[in-house]
Amino acid sequence: MYKRIAVFAVILLLASAMVFAGGRQEAGEIRIGVAGAHSGDLASYGLPTVNAAQLIADEVNAAGGLNGQQIRLFIEDDQCAPDVAANTAAKLVGDRVVAVLGHICSGATNAAMEIYTGENIVTVSPSATSPPLTQSGDFPTFFRTIAPDDAQGQLQAEFVAEELGLTSVAILHDGGDYGRGLAEFARAALQANYPQVNIALFEGITVGAVDYSAIINRIGAANVQGVIYGGYHPEASRLVTQMRAQGLNLSFISGDGVQDATFIDVAGAAAEGVYATGPMDTSASPVAQAARAAHQAKYGEEPGPFFMNAYAGMQAIVNAIRTAGSTDPAAIMSALRSSPVDTPVGRITFDERGDAIGVGFAMYQVQSGTYVELR
Amino acid sequence: MDFDYFLRLFFSGLTRGSIYALLALGYTMVYGIIKLINFAHGEIYMIGAFTALIMATVFSFTGMPTLAILVLSSLVALIYSSAYGFTIEKLAYKPLRKAPRLSVLISAIGMSLFLQNYVLLAQTSNFLPYPSLLPQVPVPRFLQGIINSQQIIIFTTTAVVMVLLTLLIKFTRMGKSMRATSQDRVMATLVGINVNKVISWTFLIGSFTAALGGILISSFTGQINFYVGFIAGIKAFVAAVLGGIGSIPGAVLGSLVLGMTESFAAGYLSSVYEDVFAFIILVLILIFKPSGLLGRPETQKV
Amino acid sequence: MTLQDVKKTALASIWFVFLTFPIMVIRVNTITQTVVWRWHNMLYIFLGTFFGGLLWRFALTRRKVGAKPIVQTEDEKAAAAQSAAATTGLKGTVAQLKVRLAEPAVRKSLIAAGLVLVLLFPIFSSLYQTSIMITALIYVMLALGLNIVIGLGGMLHLGYIAFFAVGAYTYGILYRFFDVGFWVALPIAAFFSTLAGILLALPVLRLRGDYLAIVTLGFAEIVRILLNNATGFSGGPAGIRGIPRPTFFGIQMNLATVSIYIYYIIVVAVAVTIFVVWRFENSRIGRALVAMGEDDIAAEAMGIDIARVKLTAFALGSFWAGIAGVIFASRTTFINPASFTVWQSIIVLSCVVLGGMGSIKGVIIGALGLILIPEYLRAFSDYRMLIFGAVLVIMMVFRPGGLIQKKRKAYTFAVQTEEQG
Repeated sequence: MYKRIAVFAVILLLASAMVFAGGRQEAGEIRIGVAGAHSGDLASYGLPTVNAAQLIADEVNAAGGLNGQQIRLFIEDDQCAPDVAANTAAKLVGDRVVAVLGHICSGATNAAMEIYTGENIVTVSPSATSPPLTQSGDFPTFFRTIAPDDAQGQLQAEFVAEELGLTSVAILHDGGDYGRGLAEFARAALQANYPQVNIALFEGITVGAVDYSAIINRIGAANVQGVIYGGYHPEASRLVTQMRAQGLNLSFISGDGVQDATFIDVAGAAAEGVYATGPMDTSASPVAQAARAAHQAKYGEEPGPFFMNAYAGMQAIVNAIRTAGSTDPAAIMSALRSSPVDTPVGRITFDERGDAIGVGFAMYQVQSGTYVELR
Repeated sequence: MDFDYFLRLFFSGLTRGSIYALLALGYTMVYGIIKLINFAHGEIYMIGAFTALIMATVFSFTGMPTLAILVLSSLVALIYSSAYGFTIEKLAYKPLRKAPRLSVLISAIGMSLFLQNYVLLAQTSNFLPYPSLLPQVPVPRFLQGIINSQQIIIFTTTAVVMVLLTLLIKFTRMGKSMRATSQDRVMATLVGINVNKVISWTFLIGSFTAALGGILISSFTGQINFYVGFIAGIKAFVAAVLGGIGSIPGAVLGSLVLGMTESFAAGYLSSVYEDVFAFIILVLILIFKPSGLLGRPETQKV
Repeated sequence: MTLQDVKKTALASIWFVFLTFPIMVIRVNTITQTVVWRWHNMLYIFLGTFFGGLLWRFALTRRKVGAKPIVQTEDEKAAAAQSAAATTGLKGTVAQLKVRLAEPAVRKSLIAAGLVLVLLFPIFSSLYQTSIMITALIYVMLALGLNIVIGLGGMLHLGYIAFFAVGAYTYGILYRFFDVGFWVALPIAAFFSTLAGILLALPVLRLRGDYLAIVTLGFAEIVRILLNNATGFSGGPAGIRGIPRPTFFGIQMNLATVSIYIYYIIVVAVAVTIFVVWRFENSRIGRALVAMGEDDIAAEAMGIDIARVKLTAFALGSFWAGIAGVIFASRTTFINPASFTVWQSIIVLSCVVLGGMGSIKGVIIGALGLILIPEYLRAFSDYRMLIFGAVLVIMMVFRPGGLIQKKRKAYTFAVQTEEQG
């Protein structure tokens, strides 16, 4: 028994040594946290945000800083796991960041917000689309540069029923937080507003399965005219490719998880004609072009998922701090709400709940290898 | 639902099963020899596929014909994965020959994590499109819409690999040494078998089949990233145990049963629960046959 | 270290340069059809593996020389103490220090210091430190629970996280539908997870070894998939939000205070776990479990009811996972099935094996280390998980029995020799 406790003592001695080793404060810098999945299976959604934050921080710092102070980034991995996110958030609180760009996944964001809210830390997420994050009113310091899922589901339902005039669809999802949520919003919107559309199949698929032909056979047997898919592009491209390979030429409608250039590159010819809702097209805007060019120059590749939203989020944070002239949370929040900023996703401010005004969804279709905004 | 539908599900189950089988073969061989669940096996599969992708892209600049690219890049990838398998064994498993079995398992888990992040850092975290290396040729009319040429290539490869492996183990000197080592390592040493060499060969061959699986699956699914090995590895492990771990025909049979179960569950019941059904079948089989379908019942020494 | 060794290491480094060539040097982008050649990486790999290899070789030879038997009787201890006193130099000092530490008086004071530290820790450390310590202690509880099944009973259990999930979700669902608080949910969740443990154990009584491993893994996956899809019941992939943190006789606290409060709750819970596991280990059924882990047929022949022992091990193991689950849910205030994957089971398993199977001390160190190391590796950002993987391999190669190897109780007859008498 004694021995066991002795072990505790040693561990805690070490731990407390680390407590005193960390937490030094340097004056003259503005600390901004960047949190999200930087390792594990969802790393590809989190790392572009780091690049975006880095690009802007470098640019601002090179131009003399923000309010005369240098930006210092605190980049923390949460692996998209809620429990890790809680620790990450506590770490950022301890690092005395004034704002956080992140987190990436809705679940992790939720857990982290429980901590930021009490500490009044402004958080801008580029990709957490779960509606309750803003709509519940639980998290007054939460903002996002992406529209919530319910808006997207509504647009998909409208498009399927009115533009395409389909009468029978299958709804698929990847079983994840985002994918299933989106699929359920699309279903709810169809059931509420367009009873003429028959939902013949509502099914989840297994992410990472080596083959999707069984579910595709089911879609074939269900005799539907279109498929609505909630999920990300890796699964979507495989679904579409295999559907086309089996001669199923149905309309395929998906969301912003699929409205990504990688989808077209991976799915190739099969991507042609696929519909996806996504943030309104601003890729031609000079800000977006510049962001993309900067990414190309620094990292030598095309920006990854949510890069533009992250870029916008970071710009909004920087702009708000500059407008507020201080790092007081209340001042930053009011600046976020009142002072518009030109970002790759458009000219945005935020509403009372924290959703970006000016960020909406449009329907896209893949035409000759690129996403083209319809209407 | 008609017979065509059933056939389609059958063939999709067969495809899945064949893919699992290529991975499960390596698992089961390694297990047979050193009783280790080689968690890094899935990563070998991923590295094999990645190397083939890299090589194919490089070769494509030389203007070679597609078939030459396919053969050359696969060859390089297979050699490299075998080399990885060999090196991993020397580094992470060989120093642990006398250690408790679970320690080797943790070492394997560490290796798996290391390799995943190695590829993540050295290459990219994004999904990359995988060139369709397998030729797409039209199939006879009565099979159209039921099966395609890629699937046929996958089944054939699996069947050929299984037959070759069985022959190798039955008739070659190395195969005999492998069987002897798996039965009793100490006795094998006494009769003059170089056990370390046998183990190295097992890893070489196991990694070779895993990489072969990796190349086939990735060109079938058309994409790859650093994480594809983990889930496939777990599935292959399940398949190997289902068939009776340590047995080569068992691994193939287990993989096919697993693939079929998943396919039919997804087709007739619900694809969300395909893994649930797969595991329920697994539990049921193991309750009635506690050492898998074709596994030797553990001899209980009293 | 001979020239031969250096040569061998250099050859190995060349091999690694060859091995890592496609992945490290060539980087293709199949989207833009471009290839980047990074030749400088070859040099880094060579230098890195060369010096790493030298260290590795050196450490391996040392490991071979330094291999010692695990079982130490009182006599051997005394002999070691004597030889320690005799040797001089640094080695002697270390050995003497070891002996000194084993003295009851020194030990008692150390323990007292340790206890004070444990109790004072959250007061003088930051929110982050308290927060990761809570996570680490939750894993200590899990590892202690799993240790009953794996370390004592020798049954490879890959689905342990399922019971953690049952505990966490029992609280989540009770809160969601009945607005139940932490203290009421705690015993209910413990009950349900114990029940789940027994339910899993019943069908698998006949299975052994890796077959048991795969069935437990399957069980955990089934639980996770069901939670993921029973949207109306468990909230599905979106999980359950806003689970209340524990209250102190109905008093709500702010974040910093409640973290400290949760810290103390988990410290007490861990202390109780340690005490119970320690008592269990030396109980009749605990020893029966150890006997079964060694050789189940011999144990059965000795009249041990194997089924009962297995059930007890699973039930007791799951009980602690359930308690840990409730604390986990109350701490993150948000749960979803993503927290309960196979990967988490593997982490807990690693805690047990890395620390030393069967040894309570070892398991605690293993869990603290495994959870805290990645946190402190945050400084290496992207390389964090890479290093973590390497650490696992290196630890196992150099301490295959775990950090603290279990000392089996050895009963020596009190035949005193003259020198010591």
